[in-house]
Amino acid sequence: MLTKEQIAQRIARELQNGYYVNLGIGIPTLVANYIPEGVEVVLQSENGLLGMGPFPTEDHIDADLINAGKQTITTVAGSSFFDSAMSFGMIRAGKVDLTVLGAMEVSDNGDIANWKIPGKMVKGMGGAMDLVASAKNIIVAMQQVNKAGQSKMLSKCELPITGIGCVKKVVTEFGMYEITPEGFKLTELAPGVTIDEVKKNVAGRLVIAREVKEMTFN
Amino acid sequence: MSKVVKNAEEAILDIHDGATIMLGGFGLCGIPENCITALVKQGTKNLTCISNNAGVDDFGIGLLLKTRQVKKMISSYVGENAEFERQLLSGELEVELIPQGTLAARCMASGYGMPVIYTPAGVGTEVAIGKEVRNFNGKDYLMEYAFDTDFAIVKAWKGDTHGNLIFKATSRNFNPLMAMAGKITIAEVEELLPAGELDPDQIHTPGIYVHRIFQGENYEKRIEQRTIRKTN
Repeated sequence: MLTKEQIAQRIARELQNGYYVNLGIGIPTLVANYIPEGVEVVLQSENGLLGMGPFPTEDHIDADLINAGKQTITTVAGSSFFDSAMSFGMIRAGKVDLTVLGAMEVSDNGDIANWKIPGKMVKGMGGAMDLVASAKNIIVAMQQVNKAGQSKMLSKCELPITGIGCVKKVVTEFGMYEITPEGFKLTELAPGVTIDEVKKNVAGRLVIAREVKEMTFN
Repeated sequence: MSKVVKNAEEAILDIHDGATIMLGGFGLCGIPENCITALVKQGTKNLTCISNNAGVDDFGIGLLLKTRQVKKMISSYVGENAEFERQLLSGELEVELIPQGTLAARCMASGYGMPVIYTPAGVGTEVAIGKEVRNFNGKDYLMEYAFDTDFAIVKAWKGDTHGNLIFKATSRNFNPLMAMAGKITIAEVEELLPAGELDPDQIHTPGIYVHRIFQGENYEKRIEQRTIRKTN
């Protein structure tokens, strides 16, 4: 089984040189820690920054400089600031190459639910609906099984959805899947996980790639 | 051409009960602290507030919620506020949640004199209920209306007496968009300068959009998530 860090590490291998990338809150944020050597990417924060850097040291904290998770951050060489309309303009226009998001549920046709639990959590969608409606490439990083032991990879989302048919790949503690017309396609397994275990923990349609690789980590 | 007013109290004096107001900011970053304080003091009621977030319990728009001055919130994300959640679940507060990019575009459309925008955000979700869907080039889009708002209240880093504004870092966020959208736009700035002191090439919001401006005081600039790293 993959740890959250390993999920992030695996997703980081999808990054390509020159990518503009938007990372959501939670596991997706960790992807920034594992950008492969020799790969240069620019991180977009939808509150109005391209070129997000690491957290500041104590003496460089600036209340006017935060990311979309409201955390204090820094800029890097080549950063730029802009307003929220332009920020979602570049997202809507497909300028952002990769979006990594967390999810509560994903369906086997690529629908995603990650903004609302009726009667329980009503915080709002923030920028998630804009991102999933327009991003060219969306990878979901999530735990495959909820606390009650139920799969979050379904034939149809039960929670209110954020967007339809938009997810391209899912990386979980069990492995990596592509969304295909035949459903979730297992392409890579986490170390020590069997295909039977995967089958038990996917509630939607599942197909197994002809060659399933086992992931390796340093 | 001077737009200068004395202070926040004077700037918001005619904001009446039942008014629709926009408040700039993302989280607590770039919020008009002075005007929020003045609105609490003035006691204006039944406000409809358009703002990306709703502050925290004891800061930002949270202060207006605590005093029950807000009838309706139009926002994209309202976590981090227990009193807000309480009023929402008890039905005391009306809330309309809309996608963040849609919120921004509806402000922009208003300031650009365009009645509607089309966006794919929310297609196929509960956000789309009751909205016109149009297909352009094989993709579905929702029609969303420009906001109609009585007052917009924004916070800038620097401004001049003509109302020209410059924002700093990510405190820009919704501020320039809302500044364009208000029938009356009020700007509070950290530093107010005589016209001519700001480089015209650096202006983010041209003064034509701003009706009242004043230099704010005692900015707290509270940080929601203070995250640091130990070393370089």
